Amino acid sequence: MDAELKAARKQLVADVLSEYPEKTAKKRAKHINVYDEGNSDCGVKSNIKSIPGVMTVRGCAYAGAKGVVWGPIKDMVHISHGPVGCGQYSWAQRRNYVSDGVTGVTSWVTMQVTSDFQEKDIVFGGDKKLVKVINEIESLFPLNKGISIMSECPVGLIGDDIEAVSKKVTKEIGKVIAPVRCEGFRGVSQSLGHHIANDVMRDYIVDRAPPAPEAWVSTPYDVLIVGDYNIGGDAWSSRILLEEMGLRVIGQWSGDGSVGEIENGPRAKLNLIHCYRSMNYICRHMEEKYGIPWIEYNFFGPSQIAKSLRAIAALFDEKIQDGAERVIAKYQSLVEGILAKYKPRLAGKKIMLYVGGLRPRHVSDAYGDLGMEVTATGYEFAHSDDYQRTTEYIKDGTLVYDDASEFELEHFVKTLRPDLVGSGIKEKYGTQKMGVPFRQMHSWDYSGPYHGYDGFAIFARDMDLAVNNPVWKMHKAPWGEE
Amino acid sequence: MPQTVDNIKDHASLFNEPEYQALFERKKEFECGSSPAEIAKQAAYINTWEYREKNLAREALTVNPAKACQPLGALFASVGFEKTLAFNHGSQGCTAYFRSHLARHFKEPCAAVSTSMTEDAAVFGGMNNLIDGLQNAYTVYKPKMIAISTTCIAEVIGDDLTAFIQNARAKGSVPADFPIVKANTPSFVGSHINGYDVLIKGVLINFWEGKSRSEVTEKINIIPGFDGFAVGNNRELKRIFGEFGVDLTIISDVSDQFDTPTDGEYRMFDGGTTIAEVEGAINAKGTIAMQKYCSDKTLEVVGATGQPTAAFHYPMGLKATDDLLMKISELTGKSIPKSLEKERGRLVDAMADSSNWLHGKSYAIFGDPDFVYGMTQFLLETGGEPVHLLATNGGKEWEAEMKALLATSPYGAKAQVWPGKDLWALRSLLATEPSDFLIGSSYGKYLERDLGIPLIRLTFPIFDRHHHHRFPTWGYQGSLRVLVTVLDKILDVLDMQTAKTGISFDLVR
Repeated sequence: MDAELKAARKQLVADVLSEYPEKTAKKRAKHINVYDEGNSDCGVKSNIKSIPGVMTVRGCAYAGAKGVVWGPIKDMVHISHGPVGCGQYSWAQRRNYVSDGVTGVTSWVTMQVTSDFQEKDIVFGGDKKLVKVINEIESLFPLNKGISIMSECPVGLIGDDIEAVSKKVTKEIGKVIAPVRCEGFRGVSQSLGHHIANDVMRDYIVDRAPPAPEAWVSTPYDVLIVGDYNIGGDAWSSRILLEEMGLRVIGQWSGDGSVGEIENGPRAKLNLIHCYRSMNYICRHMEEKYGIPWIEYNFFGPSQIAKSLRAIAALFDEKIQDGAERVIAKYQSLVEGILAKYKPRLAGKKIMLYVGGLRPRHVSDAYGDLGMEVTATGYEFAHSDDYQRTTEYIKDGTLVYDDASEFELEHFVKTLRPDLVGSGIKEKYGTQKMGVPFRQMHSWDYSGPYHGYDGFAIFARDMDLAVNNPVWKMHKAPWGEE
Repeated sequence: MPQTVDNIKDHASLFNEPEYQALFERKKEFECGSSPAEIAKQAAYINTWEYREKNLAREALTVNPAKACQPLGALFASVGFEKTLAFNHGSQGCTAYFRSHLARHFKEPCAAVSTSMTEDAAVFGGMNNLIDGLQNAYTVYKPKMIAISTTCIAEVIGDDLTAFIQNARAKGSVPADFPIVKANTPSFVGSHINGYDVLIKGVLINFWEGKSRSEVTEKINIIPGFDGFAVGNNRELKRIFGEFGVDLTIISDVSDQFDTPTDGEYRMFDGGTTIAEVEGAINAKGTIAMQKYCSDKTLEVVGATGQPTAAFHYPMGLKATDDLLMKISELTGKSIPKSLEKERGRLVDAMADSSNWLHGKSYAIFGDPDFVYGMTQFLLETGGEPVHLLATNGGKEWEAEMKALLATSPYGAKAQVWPGKDLWALRSLLATEPSDFLIGSSYGKYLERDLGIPLIRLTFPIFDRHHHHRFPTWGYQGSLRVLVTVLDKILDVLDMQTAKTGISFDLVR
């Protein structure tokens, strides 16, 4: 990047920081950087407590554990254990689609199940109520394959012993009863919630999985999809490619997932991990305990899809390698058509991202395929290994921010005036007020899937409809000042 | 291949394609699900009277409640004051949830900060978080007032807000005279409507404490309550008071805050009740709460000053609006303007024109207690017959008031009132004793799908339809809009039901 432009970006960062109280500015300075190409990380600190009062965008451990990892498992009943709010606000908000399941009979993904703590539960403890809640679940929803207990803040503060409840009740009903200690005050963001969720999945399902049924026939091509939550159907538009290249997907973790598919886990030959941040922990465990290797992949945009298909295939035999080439060739004409249609409309457009998980880096090349450029990006709850991985994707001079405050984001949007901002619901409407197009990049703005080739077509269409909608030229009244 | 450049299919149709249907079949093999026979049996069972009894007998489990928690209501109330920053003392995830929840309904940004308490704060208390949080929030966002409410962690560990705020002032986080109001809003007590109440109460106490009514003005105070239609309704109230020629103070007016223009500028704060207006409100002629259950504690504070108060239940329809106007007239001594009387006549006109379609239709209604009351009252006026009336956050008092209301009309005879019940209970009620239509929030869409009872979205939260909140539901004009919304659904459903045969698929209705 041009030195002058880079200096201007650095000045922009300095300007934002100058608005904070001194102590806060000093802390925040470590989280914002203008990237210098060649460095092995982005030059920002991460996974550190948010600063009170600045309006962090982050959520909590419960959001990471219930909202992200456990919530999509369709044949379990997930209890939001504590007061009513947490479950209410996260009720059916992540668009984790389900392929087979009758709501309230075999699937509970779009339901809000809570112990709805009252004052007496805080005073006297909630364990007895929890037992009763579980029994009532068994009575009303007998076809459930398990129950998770997703702890909200008070549970950990009043000394409840949900593990003991789990132990007792598991014996009685013989199903998975998973106590998840994801109280919102734990850790600094959603991230610790992911980790806790992984650990409980390990202890209460994976490592306790019954042996394969007699009818089970293993193949050398058995894989798991890990860390795809099937938002808008993402896991399906990924799975279709893996199956087409000859692999056998024996489980989806956890989008459209089931207890059965988690129990299949130890029988996988390879773990394919999409969202590294939220489920790397369980992959590492399975590697250690079951010797299952894992590989990260990226199914956003044709460049990364082809690269990932080939990288995955390289771990298998020629049959799969041929399969990968066949898949890439099959979709070639679709990709060309999409690029021919949308690239001219989108080329040169600048994007600013602020998301979680893997998206701040993974979608970068999908934009690149369309001729668009990510000029600023950052993560809500990344760790240093995410920022290291990000360097593979970003260009010199990219503005990188970690745990950005709304104040910072607003300032950056105002000054950089990107052609498109990709972030969350809390950022969407404020950005649009400024006359800047926006896509929610958590929920795909109620669209999707974006994974795989089928998803890329939708991604391209959506970016076009966001950037080129006529409304973005209308916000100034014709009689206003120039 | 399902996807083509000329016809890009997204989630709504892509997965109906044979390639994906086959994928789902292959996937089933690995799911170890229940057998089709078991599933069919249970799916039928959940629609039975036997299941209903089990479902209604629940003592501990809550499923699909139609209520949120206190701090959500407090946040909503906070942002109705001019340049007021909503400030949650507790875990940051709560604040992220509240902001998202309100943004999804209003399609508007919703700013609020958190003190981001974590494990160490849980052990040592959140005082430092509050002190730093106030300094940062004050410096960066430059509010005129900060409204603090609490989330679970602060309540459970017993953080002392009063002492913490004093310490923050002493440490210079904010100027000594900077207005900070506070409310304790534990999520394990009540619901969002109580959070609304205690925050407004906190505001009044903060600005009225030690003061008494000096000279009574000609003004009237209105406390709207937690209202998803606040944008349209607050503006309608202003219009009505304009017709009266009476000055109005809406205590917490979010109508501009949740309806900012797209003109190139993001306004973190817009409109709202000023501090001067709040201070002056003690001298108003009277205070009217539009939603009793959102204002119980607040009205005690108002009443204690000697100011007359009145409370309504989300007034919709003819009589409720009549009563509201007569109350305004009574409090101000002004007669009801002819212009409003004419509006009344127009509402009656519309009700008469459409009465043949409305009469005898049956309804289930769920939502906050005041909404369910107001909606029921209006539908009874149309000859509608309520069947199930449910408020998860309604109590015994509400139940008694509902029953008294139903007793005033022969059309209320069939209705059953369900305080404290949730929407999974409502599912059983409707599976066994169905109604023609369901009125409530977006959460009702699962009931609509499962039971085939058409949903009319008329209360918060409405996530899956846009902009309804921009239009009023109060007053004669608002009632007219409510009437049209109900009527459109009735006639749309009739058209859909008759489209196939063509018999009764009439051009004129």
